[in-house]
Amino acid sequence: MIPAKFDYIKASSLGEALTLLQEHGDEAKILSGGHSLIPSMKLRLATPSVLIDIGGISEMNTITEEGDEIVIGANCTHHQIATSDLVREHVNILSQAALCIGDIQVRNRGTLGGSLAHADPASDYPATVLACEATIVAEGKDGKRTIGANDFFQALFLTALQDDEIITAIRFPKVSQGTYQKFFQSASRFAVVGVAAIKKGDGVQIGVTGVSGVPFRATAVENAYDGTSSAAKHAMDGVDDIISDHFADEEYRSHLARVYVKRALEAL
Amino acid sequence: MNISITINGKLVTHDIEPRISLSHFLREHLDLTGTHIGCDTSGCGACTVTLDGQAVKSCTVLAVQADGSEVTTIEGMAQGDQMHPIQEAFREHHGLQCGFCTPGMVMTAADILKNNPNPTEEEIRHGLEGNFCRCTGYHNIVKSIQHAAEQMKA
Ligand SMILES: Cc1cc2nc3c(=O)[nH]c(=O)nc-3n(C[C@H](O)[C@H](O)[C@H](O)COP(=O)(O)OP(=O)(O)OC[C@H]3O[C@@H](n4cnc5c(N)ncnc54)[C@H](O)[C@@H]3O)c2cc1C
Ligand code: FES
Ligand code: FES
Repeated sequence: MIPAKFDYIKASSLGEALTLLQEHGDEAKILSGGHSLIPSMKLRLATPSVLIDIGGISEMNTITEEGDEIVIGANCTHHQIATSDLVREHVNILSQAALCIGDIQVRNRGTLGGSLAHADPASDYPATVLACEATIVAEGKDGKRTIGANDFFQALFLTALQDDEIITAIRFPKVSQGTYQKFFQSASRFAVVGVAAIKKGDGVQIGVTGVSGVPFRATAVENAYDGTSSAAKHAMDGVDDIISDHFADEEYRSHLARVYVKRALEAL
Repeated sequence: MNISITINGKLVTHDIEPRISLSHFLREHLDLTGTHIGCDTSGCGACTVTLDGQAVKSCTVLAVQADGSEVTTIEGMAQGDQMHPIQEAFREHHGLQCGFCTPGMVMTAADILKNNPNPTEEEIRHGLEGNFCRCTGYHNIVKSIQHAAEQMKA
């Protein structure tokens, strides 16, 4: 399977990538790890005529501590995130999530920025990004802005990013206690249900992925939380747009969501 | 587009269309047919090579993305007549039957052992999540990697 023809440009800096993106408009696509884009180009679900490869931009490839936050460059691979001492120590839940993505080979190529921009409803990171209230840093022709996790995911494969914007980094507040619980699709290893839960004061913050077209905060559970796992029964309160596919129909998926929220609360 | 990749220690320069995958480039342009293509959709791991030391599925990497990098394929594992300890362990412990998945298994094993020279059986099994074998039932593959780990420590 060979993708349709395209021109390939390797950007050496963020500035260059942004200029190229503006120049080529919606003909162009950003290429990072390529582990969502290349498969869809092979299937000709995507046929960009220009690929702007940002994979070599080293300024987007660092993990740093800035006060109360850990700042992760968009190009950091799942492997880098899973094995980073800074992430393990301060946002352990994120390294847990990174480690259950795909397999070794996928984790060696796929990136945090690419995964978030792609916004696959079965992807793992959104649950953790929501639970931690991380912020997404994007740069475009109008300059730099930050997007809160709650505003970022908008619909199936759709985010708040503008066509001319590139995610440069994701800022995670430090988390003292968190857990990521996942029910794997048995073949692809994507999430049928993924639940991220963190402690915040006496309360909890919970993000859920895989269940609905858009990942969501389980606010009904957060509000009912009493220090035990009994609030898990509210996991699906008010949730619509529930995914139903050959892995799990609506009823089973909703059941799994309640079970995995319960497990997450018990593991906290 | 002109690319230069160091493949199995040798610098190779080639003019190639950007849409050609690394797996296709290795097999069709360089005749390095040890890298197998099972699914071509990033599922089976038969096409695994190392790119700058990390195992990757070469069907899901464009050859142009590898420009300036170092690639090792199964052909680059042996030193002359001396098989790599992982290859030797697969031979010794019946880690293959038809052999189709084997190049990918060996290259993934190299990544597993690089990051974790003392893996448990469980860690090896997790490490092989991206590699399918339709013949062996995995048992002897895991055993081979355990033996390779011991040999490589010695
Ligand atoms: C076999 C397999 C198994 C997988 N299993 C899982 C799994 O279990 N869980 C999971 O969550 N994911 C899984 N994935 C997806 C994987 O994590 C992808 O790597 C990830 O979703 C996309 O990241 P990427 O860097 O490869 O992005 P790319 O494929 O390069 O890009 C994806 C999209 O995002 C855009 N983009 C990329 N970077 C940026 C940026 N910085 N700013 C703006 N736009 C950008 C691109 O234009 C493109 O539209 C799997 C993939 C494969 C092939
Ligand atoms: S051929 Fe690349 S993963 Fe199957
Ligand atoms: S030995 Fe035949 S596929 Fe693994």
